[in-house]
Amino acid sequence: MNEFNWILALFRTVGVLAMMSAAGLACWLLSDRQFPKRVSAVFGWLLLIVLWGLGGYALISRYALGLGAVTNLSDQFPWGIWKALVLCGIAFAAGGFLTACLVYIFRIRMFYPILRPVVLAAYLSYMLSASGALLVDLGRYHQIWRPIFYWQHHSVLFEISWCVMLYTGVLSVEFAPIVLDRLGWMRVSRFVHTITVPFVICGVILSTLHQSSLGSLFLIVPTKLLPLWYTPLLPIFFFLSALISGFAMAIFVSALTFWTFRQPLEPRVLTSLAKGMTPLLLVYLFLRVADLTARNAWVYVFRCPLQGLMFTIEMLLLTLPLFVVLKTRWSGRRRWAFAAAIPVVTGVILNRLNVAWIGLLPATGSHYFPSWIEITVVLNLVSFGVVIFGLAARYLPLFEHPDIGGHHAPGATADMTAIGPLEVSGHV
Amino acid sequence: MISRRKFFQAGATSALAVLGARRLFAEPQVDPNGCAGVLVDLTRCIGCRACENACRVRAGFGPLPTAAIGYGAGDGKLSFHTRTFIDFRNGGPKLKQPVKRQCMHCLEPACVSVCPVAALEKTAAGPVVYHENICIGCRYCILACPFSVPKYEWDNALMPRVGKCDFCADRQAKDQSPACVASCPTGALKFGKRGGLLQEAKARLDSQPNRYTSIYGEDIVGGTSWIYVSDTAPEELGFPPGLPNEPLPSLTWKAISKLPFVVIGVGLMLSAIVRWRTRNGMEQP
Repeated sequence: MNEFNWILALFRTVGVLAMMSAAGLACWLLSDRQFPKRVSAVFGWLLLIVLWGLGGYALISRYALGLGAVTNLSDQFPWGIWKALVLCGIAFAAGGFLTACLVYIFRIRMFYPILRPVVLAAYLSYMLSASGALLVDLGRYHQIWRPIFYWQHHSVLFEISWCVMLYTGVLSVEFAPIVLDRLGWMRVSRFVHTITVPFVICGVILSTLHQSSLGSLFLIVPTKLLPLWYTPLLPIFFFLSALISGFAMAIFVSALTFWTFRQPLEPRVLTSLAKGMTPLLLVYLFLRVADLTARNAWVYVFRCPLQGLMFTIEMLLLTLPLFVVLKTRWSGRRRWAFAAAIPVVTGVILNRLNVAWIGLLPATGSHYFPSWIEITVVLNLVSFGVVIFGLAARYLPLFEHPDIGGHHAPGATADMTAIGPLEVSGHV
Repeated sequence: MISRRKFFQAGATSALAVLGARRLFAEPQVDPNGCAGVLVDLTRCIGCRACENACRVRAGFGPLPTAAIGYGAGDGKLSFHTRTFIDFRNGGPKLKQPVKRQCMHCLEPACVSVCPVAALEKTAAGPVVYHENICIGCRYCILACPFSVPKYEWDNALMPRVGKCDFCADRQAKDQSPACVASCPTGALKFGKRGGLLQEAKARLDSQPNRYTSIYGEDIVGGTSWIYVSDTAPEELGFPPGLPNEPLPSLTWKAISKLPFVVIGVGLMLSAIVRWRTRNGMEQP
């Protein structure tokens, strides 16, 4: 036993050091290959280095000791925040299929510039939540490939795992031009462009399927999920809220990236997205209220204090943006579009947490709260996404687009002609 | 761009294919009367825990520790190592009615329907069995089971397993009764065909209305292979409240079975939009 502990300590040390160096390297690359000069930058570096160091410790512990030792999961409460992160991340990634749909299917020119950043954010959110979190969460993570060969078409999870695999491929095709342009492989890039539209259609279909299926996951627990959230309409609610979160995420991501990297962006891009989000939000809220009333579920707001509180916060977060957007003198300003997007993103994420965690507590008689290792892993996965996105924005032609005046990312070949979605599939 | 005729042809063909496939994919039904079952007569149970001991021995976890043997002792819950136990916490504050807990072996089990890799299987003979070499460890079965039966080997870092009663499927294949039934000294457990046991349960209720008041397992979640008769209401015996008589997998199947139509509908709609937005080879503003 002592020997084992010695080996574990060695692995932990190596893991922590490796992750800390990776964090240092990432910070160095992010700050343009320079060491920090200002105090705030030093603080940022330290934060990431400490977080990833803790993440190294957490990951080594999880794989060495197993789920029981490092998480607060139990037989009473088998799904924790790692599974909830899958739900949240996939809902957040909805912006990708939505923007791709607006650009490639509806061909709305205004949204061309935000396509690349939003698709990249969706791709990262998708990879890290669906594949990343599952690799940590599955008891037998090394058998994650099993659904490819062992079919069980009655299982929602089987369908979701196939959607995840296929949609990762679709996102890769949507994302490939960014890398191919950077590498200067124009012929490959052009070929990828010709197959993009069918892939986008597949992507929208797959997203419709698995966004709703994430809701269907919980149809099987009518007695365990609190009636505030359990309804036969769960798949429809999950799809609608994913669509809404897609609009909000597109606003959120494009506003943040275009402002952070000081790129020009037409204000109407953001405000149009905010306006597109509003009717869907109204329909969603109306359906939620009608459904709760029809099932007589309002009593649970008062019967379970914690759940009632979380439900109220969720509904407030989703109602708040309506007031912001419906004020016409505000809606013309993009900062208000941004202000409307934040509560929507938060509200949808809270909805997923409520369904996968808070709403399951009373009936299972559990008091699950994630352990520090579970929380650290979640924060790490999120920070991986942010860092990779930052690196991509710095080193890939993320803002490359004929419509926005040909900004070239540092290091990109100057005579490179960016191929916009206009030329896609030879429709021009 | 494909022609309009081809477009509709493709739509119609895929719709037909889906309808055909749905018939092929229909759930194989287990014979509710012919499959194996156990009749648990709680009025005959004395809480001796011989079944618990026999189960542990048969599953290879060793006999009950001597200190744990006794009325009401033990950790009193199902776990990875405890596939069955006698639950003494029921029947109201005064009456301590012992209730045997184990997998109910539903006729249409939620755990089987949710498993993404078919690691759980409802065999035609009756038992719901777990194929541990297929399992990926998603733990959906643990969440989905209405009776909270499957448990997890949380301390296994590499190959954790799900632990649940398998109705001694191996013993049944050799024409033996399950270990717990074989060990019961009072005849509280009776092994047989489910249909016959259900008839007998009803006969006991009819002939001794003072002794028996309830049957549990006939209709609940579509029926279970294990059937309980007792003088106490099922809710007071600690069975989960609010379960429907509809099999739980059908709740999910209602959603899943519509997916092919979503695929075709969304696909046709999007293709139509692409066609509309690029008609005459022109980009629309």
